[in-house]
Amino acid sequence: MNIKSKNNNSVAGVVFDGFNYVFLALYGTLSLLPFLYILAASFASDAEIAARPFFIFPHKITTEAYGLVMKSAVLYRSLGVSVFVTLFGTLICLFFTITFAYPLSKKNLIGRNFILNVIIFTMVFGGGMIPTYIMVRNLHLINSYWALILPGAINTTNLIIIKSYFQSLPAELMESSMIDGCTEMQTLWRIVLPLSKPIIATFGLFYAVGHWNNFFSALLYMNDPEKWPLQVILRQIVMLSQGTLATDLPANYVPPAESLKMATIVVSVVPIMMIYPFLQKYFAKGVMIGAVKG
Amino acid sequence: MSNEVVTATNVKNGIQSSKKYKREVLMRKLKKDKWLYVLLIPGVLYYLLFHIAPMWGIVIAFQNYSPFLGVSGSEWIGFKNFTDFFQNPDFVRLFVNTLVLSLLSIVFYFPAPILISLMLNEIRRELYKKVIQTFVYIPHFVSMVVVASITYILLNTEGGPINTLIMNFGGAKINFLGSVTWFRPLIIIQTIWKECGWGTIIFLAALSSVDAEQYEAAIVDGAGRFRQLWHITLPAIRSTIVILLIMRMGSVLSNGFEQIFLMTNSLNRTVADVFDTYVYTLGVTQGAFSYSTAVGLFKSLIGLILILSTDKIAKKCGESGLF
Repeated sequence: MNIKSKNNNSVAGVVFDGFNYVFLALYGTLSLLPFLYILAASFASDAEIAARPFFIFPHKITTEAYGLVMKSAVLYRSLGVSVFVTLFGTLICLFFTITFAYPLSKKNLIGRNFILNVIIFTMVFGGGMIPTYIMVRNLHLINSYWALILPGAINTTNLIIIKSYFQSLPAELMESSMIDGCTEMQTLWRIVLPLSKPIIATFGLFYAVGHWNNFFSALLYMNDPEKWPLQVILRQIVMLSQGTLATDLPANYVPPAESLKMATIVVSVVPIMMIYPFLQKYFAKGVMIGAVKG
Repeated sequence: MSNEVVTATNVKNGIQSSKKYKREVLMRKLKKDKWLYVLLIPGVLYYLLFHIAPMWGIVIAFQNYSPFLGVSGSEWIGFKNFTDFFQNPDFVRLFVNTLVLSLLSIVFYFPAPILISLMLNEIRRELYKKVIQTFVYIPHFVSMVVVASITYILLNTEGGPINTLIMNFGGAKINFLGSVTWFRPLIIIQTIWKECGWGTIIFLAALSSVDAEQYEAAIVDGAGRFRQLWHITLPAIRSTIVILLIMRMGSVLSNGFEQIFLMTNSLNRTVADVFDTYVYTLGVTQGAFSYSTAVGLFKSLIGLILILSTDKIAKKCGESGLF
């Protein structure tokens, strides 16, 4: 209240600005530092990890841990499961979400309001973990990769945002294609989808990251260790310290347990980091569309 | 007399034909939109199978459900599962653990993105702001397993960097991971580290829509930065804050299963057990389907009541609310 300067050069303003810049720089660094440490330690020997508390550059670079990672059949298999579920699951999710959002974007569709009210209700109330689990069991999906995909095939928030986006497209375009003899399916495929590329990319990324990071569904529905995705294996290695190494190692060989943990984390984070520039661009856009229209 | 009869039949015929006409219009509309209805099928099936059917599956909370007998064959036992749960010696502990974690999260985590977005908003150098944003969004995209794994690596007592640092400064090792006192702070710190940066986006979006002229006018009127913040910036994000708070109230009894599950171990279990993990342990690992469904129903009913009542309060206070 006492700061009455007409510009930002008051003493209090300058002090605040200085503090603000420093604080946010610190916060930014803290967000990144743990990753940098894990990355550095994955290239360091266990002796160095034990001797030095924090480091960003290892004294001596070794790729021993990654050599072990590449020899581990368990890691390979789980990596395969995660890649498959992410790619295939994202396609399934997009298919379900788009085919449902499109008819619901037609305001004169009979039954539209009823369906919309029901799905909005499912956002605030649901059966919960156990009835859903029983449903998946009754559908005989336990230990099936479908269990990692189908129960989350549509995210209701995403659905509503995509529906609003379809609604905002110029109706004349769709009408003229209908007059030209296209069916609704053809209109969706030829007119609506090409116009919606950015938003579909956005939600494709949403779904893909969700699948890659999914731990809960696998914990719940996959009893067979051979079908575990990477996130479950990561927990086994790092948090439960259960080895998943290759069996053909020399008898007197002591594997670097610590850097192996670090390397496994790096392997599970690298795909996310590779698409991070896209994620940042599209995700922020998606959230903003959601904030404005949802 | 006869005239009246005639008119009555006419009206009747009229109604019938208009009914017929309406039905015809309806049929024509349905026929015209038939492909739209075909497109609806996968989505409708999805919601029926994975949302509506599980909602109906809640009835097993009032049964002694056996998977072999099914819902129709299982014995009905009324509210016994609920009374059992409320009388269970674990109930109070679970309730307290759940609520304390939620309240800590509302007090410490909820305001964090608001504060950070206000601070980011004060930064005039666009590039600096962008770089900070790029950094603080990253943790949002990694899985909870990665976050928990990093926590385990940083905090373990055998050579974990934090404990090595403490010892280098002459302190004694702290068993953060297996400690009753440290469990709650750890959960909150993890949540803030992972989600605070990302949480700023929605506020920054609201802030970017504020007209710059408002600030200029305020400066001309002699308002300092604090008054600009109080009279222009905060009102711009008030409705966003209210909506997020209403939604947060709905999950007061849900703490996020994955995080708690991953961070729980035999040493911190007394404070770590919450409703979400209790439902999992009893339902999925021990097969007590009916009992755990009852616990889940209790949890989601409280959530529903809280979300509806906060919404009502918000509307009474002149906010737009959720519904």
